Amino acid sequence: MRLMTLFNRQPTAKTAQHRLQVLLMHERGGPGNTDLIPILREDIVAAISKRIPVDPDKVQVKVERGESVSLLEIDIEISTITQHLLQRRPASYDLPRAAGAR
Amino acid sequence: MAHVLVVTSGKGGVGKTTSTAALGAALASAGERVVVIDFDVGLRNLDLLMGAERRVVYDLIHVVQGAAKLTQALIRDKRIDSLFLLAASQTRDKDALTEEGVERVIRELRPFFDWIICDSPAGIERGASLAMRYADSAIVVANPEVSSVRDSDRIIGLLDSTTTKARHGEQMEKYLLLTRYDAARASRGEMLGVEDVLDILCIPLLGIIPESKEVLNASNVGTPVTLNNPASAPARAYNDVARRLKGEEVPLVVPSDKSGLLNKLFGRRAA
Repeated sequence: MRLMTLFNRQPTAKTAQHRLQVLLMHERGGPGNTDLIPILREDIVAAISKRIPVDPDKVQVKVERGESVSLLEIDIEISTITQHLLQRRPASYDLPRAAGAR
Repeated sequence: MAHVLVVTSGKGGVGKTTSTAALGAALASAGERVVVIDFDVGLRNLDLLMGAERRVVYDLIHVVQGAAKLTQALIRDKRIDSLFLLAASQTRDKDALTEEGVERVIRELRPFFDWIICDSPAGIERGASLAMRYADSAIVVANPEVSSVRDSDRIIGLLDSTTTKARHGEQMEKYLLLTRYDAARASRGEMLGVEDVLDILCIPLLGIIPESKEVLNASNVGTPVTLNNPASAPARAYNDVARRLKGEEVPLVVPSDKSGLLNKLFGRRAA
């Protein structure tokens, strides 16, 4: 058993180097970069709230940082009551007319 | 006029104080006039590693606040005449350090020394910020380990933006001192190698201090490792660093895993 673990051991230094490279690439972007997510979240809440009532706590914004591509994940939970209202399209939440439409 | 050197790292426990004591002693042994200043107000330890903990009467805060003269606060090393310590306060908090006070202390020390070595506290708060503020160059101490390398990267950013030199549009010289390096583990791919760390931090390498029991042995007795066992691997590495600081060309050899196959098979358990 001891011998098995001896030979199966995966070198971990490469993983460490890779994790550092990805992390520092983002951290070196400067302090403004770290505030991006909260600002983006506020913008999203404000934009959605114009049309649908949303609880700001139910808006999740996450970023998964990859080496070449990062994934921005936005998760907005709206209550079923809101969905019901949406279907009936009350005047207060009516969509504006598209530009140029009559 | 003295050259002001800051020994910094961001992360704690990587060897800033050990390196300050070892390099201060190595430079002073070579005939240089050296003062080492502890900036870790509230958690001082440089006095302990220098073996001067029972001789501290006045400290950096007393001098900064004008309660003591520099000549009263400087503690001369008992082994080397040209080595002095300016201890940090153990009872005050870091807010007692003022920008003007530190600037004045360094200005007053400059004419009397060749080297002023500022031992920075861990972190990026006031003490660390003031330790690097008036430096001419910086030694960034890092271990071959992810959290230490990340924090060093952050410190390099601060050295380039918050120091007086950087604010005057000058280039802050920064050197990497890689400590606690285990060549055997690096060769097995279990530890970041020298090249890996240099690739990430992109600053010149000043030296590599091998992981060694001698460092603890030296701190146990309050003697810088370069004086306690000058023939030991870390002492020789620190002495090489001191000579490079003085401008000598000293070849930098990356320690390699010299143990043979039998040692590798049977030595691992003992290590």
